[in-house]
Amino acid sequence: MKSSASSHVSTTNPCRMCRPMGACLAFRGIANSMVLLHGSQGCSTYMRRYISSHFNEPVDIASSSLSEKSAVYGGAANLKQGIRNVVARYSPSVLGVVTTCLTETIGDDVRQIIAALLVEEPSLREVLIVPVSAPSYSGSHMDGFHDSCVAILERLASRPIPNNGAINIFPGFISPADIRHLGRILADFQTPAIILPDFSQTLDGGISDVYRRIPVGGTSLEQIGQMAGAAFSIEFNVTSPERQSSSALLESLADVSGERLPLPIGLRNCDFFFQALSDMTLTPVPARYKEERARLLDAMVDAHKYLFGKKVAVYGDADMVLALTGFMVDVGLVPVVCASSGDGAEFTRRISEATAGLETRPAVLTETDFDRIGSGATEAGAELLVGSSKGNHIARRLDIPLLRLGFPIHDRIGAQRLLHIGYQGTINLLDRLTNTIIAQQQDEYGNGYSYM
Amino acid sequence: MKSDKRIGIEVIPGREGHICRKDAGASAETVKPAGQSGPDIACNRESMAGAVSQRACVFCGARVVLNPIADALHLIHGPIGCSTYTWDIRGSLSSGPELHRLSFSTDLREKDVIFGGEPKLYHALSELIEKHEPRAAFVYSTCIVGVIGDDLKAVCARVEKERGIPVIPVRSEGFKGNKNEGYKAACQALFSLIDRAPRGETVPLSVNILGDFNLAGELWMIRGYFEKMGLRVVANISGDGRVADIEKAASAALNVVQCAGSMTHLARMMEQHYGMPFLRVSYVGTDDMADSLLDIAGFFKDKTVQTRTEELIASEIAALAPELEYYRERLKGRKAAVYVGGAFKAVSLIKAFRALGMQVAMVGSQTGKADDYAQVRAVADPGTVIIDDANPLELAQLMNRLGVDIFVGGVKERPVAYKLGVAFCDHNHERKRPLEGFAGMVNFAREVYSSIASPVWQWVPRAAAAEGS
Ligand code: SF4
Ligand code: SF4
Repeated sequence: MKSSASSHVSTTNPCRMCRPMGACLAFRGIANSMVLLHGSQGCSTYMRRYISSHFNEPVDIASSSLSEKSAVYGGAANLKQGIRNVVARYSPSVLGVVTTCLTETIGDDVRQIIAALLVEEPSLREVLIVPVSAPSYSGSHMDGFHDSCVAILERLASRPIPNNGAINIFPGFISPADIRHLGRILADFQTPAIILPDFSQTLDGGISDVYRRIPVGGTSLEQIGQMAGAAFSIEFNVTSPERQSSSALLESLADVSGERLPLPIGLRNCDFFFQALSDMTLTPVPARYKEERARLLDAMVDAHKYLFGKKVAVYGDADMVLALTGFMVDVGLVPVVCASSGDGAEFTRRISEATAGLETRPAVLTETDFDRIGSGATEAGAELLVGSSKGNHIARRLDIPLLRLGFPIHDRIGAQRLLHIGYQGTINLLDRLTNTIIAQQQDEYGNGYSYM
Repeated sequence: MKSDKRIGIEVIPGREGHICRKDAGASAETVKPAGQSGPDIACNRESMAGAVSQRACVFCGARVVLNPIADALHLIHGPIGCSTYTWDIRGSLSSGPELHRLSFSTDLREKDVIFGGEPKLYHALSELIEKHEPRAAFVYSTCIVGVIGDDLKAVCARVEKERGIPVIPVRSEGFKGNKNEGYKAACQALFSLIDRAPRGETVPLSVNILGDFNLAGELWMIRGYFEKMGLRVVANISGDGRVADIEKAASAALNVVQCAGSMTHLARMMEQHYGMPFLRVSYVGTDDMADSLLDIAGFFKDKTVQTRTEELIASEIAALAPELEYYRERLKGRKAAVYVGGAFKAVSLIKAFRALGMQVAMVGSQTGKADDYAQVRAVADPGTVIIDDANPLELAQLMNRLGVDIFVGGVKERPVAYKLGVAFCDHNHERKRPLEGFAGMVNFAREVYSSIASPVWQWVPRAAAAEGS
């Protein structure tokens, strides 16, 4: 392979996933919901496979299965039939109708087609049909994710209602284990909380003696409606523009004041989060989390020597990478590549803020691909990769370890059970990180060693 | 919702014709055995909107067939997702270059969609060829390319001229049909590669291997058999494939076609244009493996080849007999369900399970055609449910109703089986252990046994399928 400083018109080994993927994930966190992708059959099958092999759960996503004819004359008939069939087979309460590149390009007017269908078949009015526009020739899966949350809030929580004292949490794209952990934290603050989306069960279900067409769990429609009456919102999303912010939407439409916080990963970000919760609920941080925080400090001290000065390349969704970068800086690791699959001036600005104290600034990549991440990691002499399993090629080539986290993880099991957030999640992360580095050193050290 | 009384499961109206049961008796609802006339199973149609089909698209079909050609550049002209989701999708091994393991995309953006993607395609192709120096380039069109009307052919021709390597457009717009259309598009691309090269003398006692993708090194095993038989392999199409070999493919004496669904089209074209004969074979299961080798040997009518082949089969079968017997003892009487991409493989799997003393109670495929299903019917046991283009709810109901012990399928079906408390055997394109060939049969038996015999199932209830929500 000749190396060349090419102008990079092309993409090699994409890192970005497409918008409908994010929409599918977000809708999965709403109770009794289904998604129908308006487009060709392939898109939905690919996304099912992608999501399913990360979470190891059945993932049913319908398609309007457009054919050549409908690509030319419009997909209205297919869309209508698709909606009828999904509703008949799955009886969902909510149906996300998400466009794809194809239907955006041919210019189907999805809202109007749905309106016509509801006239033809009034019984379908019992289902909340939420159209989401998701052309993937701009934006990434995270845009689809946030857009879907905003779209459903617009439908269900768009005007002020009496205060119910609850806290809204918009966690963004975190793991089912993370969402469960959030629920526990809120319970410990003795405050009712509504989390949207909540796929903690739907994408990490147990074995039971009935097979459900749509898995149990998710935020219910009533809960989403009640979000308009919450005391305040917390949203773990500091990188999206305002129009994609669920908390900003609720603030403007329903007078629920909101705060956008970084993902609670790392001591600093966790402190922000717990402080915010404490302030908003007028409740002191429960003893349990003070203990967890102390243990995190202890773990950081235990680990510091193994981490100091190690160069790391980290990639993934903007908010996740941002939080990880801050955390790494705080434990003495040196981020040398910080890459986000999405676009974002905000991401770049915040990364440079988080790494302001470093002697050498990391390479910041946006809308990137694994080719560029690999070159960046090579040039900077990265010793560890942190991100999805799709970095495995780079890890093998550079012979450096890869700590798998985020989405997708397709070559290991248990991704749905990884805890990343809170003091406890940070401890888990720190231990995994440190042990990955130690294991590498052990392998390289003659016959290995038994004591450190 | 329509309840299909014959089979006892619920299906969407319009899907009834895609499911049938092979019956011993002559009831009106039965499907006729192969060779007899009568109503056929509905197949090879567009998937129904909203049915949650397990099928992928035309582009996917084309990509999986061509992608194993390891020294070619595979560039996807389209928006990013189509490329993201198909990166390294099949674990095709290469003994040399690994260019096929990279996923290249033009990553079309709004501006390209509005003003056309040709300039971007041209630059992307040029820069990638410059960087990677491939022996040929395949350019796949995706759905929106079909709509925005880029002239792929013209761009490819221009780059081919400038760079001096074959640059071949693959007409694989996703909406043009199902995977079968993609196979066809891939075969056309392959034929165009073969046909533009000068045709050499026919090599005696030689074959091309069509329709093996070298998953887990399976093709190497098959090549090994052929070499032991005294045959030469001219080109692998496409597992561990090389452009230069494929360009010589017209000089082989015989095309040996596995995965008939994907590759028969190419074999037919080569038959038409070069008068090259072809044989359909299957490497799955000991019986089909042995029969295939004997058919090939029979074709050459060569004494030495014949004797060598018989010796090879005898020694391979003798070597694996004790281990197979071990599994047979433990597996006999168990019931399996099979749902795979092409119906041809399903036929072999029915026989393979039979060799293990097991019965296949349900068999289906995403893209089988009428003659494939006729063969399925011919080998299936009476009572077997046959299903075309199934969806997860149908599969879940069938697994339950038929009380199967193990399901054979791909990644999307695995969690469905597990949630129902049913064992699972991966027979998909991500496999890491060969399941073809003689040795593959033992691996297959081991794989089946290691799921069925696992102690975990004692704790797992058999879930009632498809409860309403
Ligand atoms: S856009 Fe078309 S080609 Fe791409 S994955 Fe979807 S169906 Fe296949
Ligand atoms: S066509 Fe668009 S929506 Fe479909 S897979 Fe490709 S990028 Fe995603």
